[in-house]
Amino acid sequence: MTEPARVTGAVPGRSHVWLWLALALLAGVYVRALAFTPVERVQGLAQKIFYIHVPSAWAAFLAFIVVSACSVGYLVLKDQRLDLIAASSAEVGVVFTSGVLLTGPIWAKPIWGAWWTWDARLTSTLFLWFIFFGYLVMRSAVGEPGQRARYSSVLGILGAPLVVFIHVSVTLFRTTHPQPVVLKPQGPTLPGEMLTTLLLSVAVFTVFYLALTARRYALAKAELARAQALAEGDHAA
Amino acid sequence: MRELLAQAAAVAAKDLLLELRSRTAFLSMLAFTMLVLAIFNFARDPTAVSASDLAPSTLWITFSFAGLLGLNRGFALERENRAIDGLLLAPLSRSALYLGKVLANLAFVGAVEAIALPAFALFFNVPVLPVLGPLVLVIVLATVGFVAVGTLLSAMAVATRFAELMLAVLMLPFLMPPVSAAAQITARLFSGRPFAEQVGWLKILVGYDIVFVILCILVFDWTVEE
Repeated sequence: MTEPARVTGAVPGRSHVWLWLALALLAGVYVRALAFTPVERVQGLAQKIFYIHVPSAWAAFLAFIVVSACSVGYLVLKDQRLDLIAASSAEVGVVFTSGVLLTGPIWAKPIWGAWWTWDARLTSTLFLWFIFFGYLVMRSAVGEPGQRARYSSVLGILGAPLVVFIHVSVTLFRTTHPQPVVLKPQGPTLPGEMLTTLLLSVAVFTVFYLALTARRYALAKAELARAQALAEGDHAA
Repeated sequence: MRELLAQAAAVAAKDLLLELRSRTAFLSMLAFTMLVLAIFNFARDPTAVSASDLAPSTLWITFSFAGLLGLNRGFALERENRAIDGLLLAPLSRSALYLGKVLANLAFVGAVEAIALPAFALFFNVPVLPVLGPLVLVIVLATVGFVAVGTLLSAMAVATRFAELMLAVLMLPFLMPPVSAAAQITARLFSGRPFAEQVGWLKILVGYDIVFVILCILVFDWTVEE
């Protein structure tokens, strides 16, 4: 088993440019959300968390879709890059899922009067976090790269229907989470300015997700190159 | 198809024969199940929570934890002396190997459940007999689902560090849909509600079994590839 390769110093590649751009856009969208978007009449300022909470949830699910899609791709094509993208996406996904799970209770306490309820969306997000976590723990517990890639791909594939099943089974309980205000059959009911801010923040979070994943991917590639160089060095010696 | 089933039966028979000769895993799992049932009775305030209120949760926590402990056995015994290599070299399809392991695990977990259920009825004073038919159906549906997923996950977990703990971390999220559906139906059966009312939960159990059995057969190849 090779020892884990730690890359010190700068991560190669251009991914940091995207990361800085995403952070700048993030700052911009919050200026808009806080200063130029009307305050919600019933919920007051608490509603502002909506512009972090919803886009984080979007980014978390996007991350999960990327993990599952890359897992299928890896098992079919056996391209190591797909495994590294899935791993990077899972790591970034766990951060966004944590963001959803942390911002939710902050909003829920003043509005619902409780930090947590076992609502369908809360439960599926929590289990999404568990699945990401299990995926990453599994990766850290397998030494051989090929085996690690196969195992984690299998897990990435099984996770997708699981999230659906968990969501459906909790929907059979009563749900208290606010219903969708944008993606619904009758069209959005969110007032125009709020909708624009929300869509902007979703777009920014998408860029943010892509930038973080690209950067994590560049790091993963550098780690792999270093591990291979070390292994070759061992052979030479 | 017949050949697949014959091969799967051969793998299952081999596993069960091994278990029949030693009986270590079965007996310890049984002892564990009885202990959990007994401990659960004391992990409540008898003046506030009646045993029958806690009964459905106790039954399903016990079954799923017992299953979790039993599932590692199937592939753990193949790792000793690398017996798995022999199985992989045998003229046997990977799907048959997986199905055989699932069948053996089902027989194994099912036997423990069959003994634990009367003990549960006794300890918790629950009228199991009047609802026995539907209850057994629910137990079978839920067990098939989590054994199918658990067998696949255990094939991977045994090859990692901290195999037992790894299986629990990977497996518990997958237990959530079948266990929640089964516990809901069980609770309603015990409180005398008609079985026909539980169609929604039954659909989840059946859907879970179909989706995961098929998916696990499809991806099993990649968990044993060397």
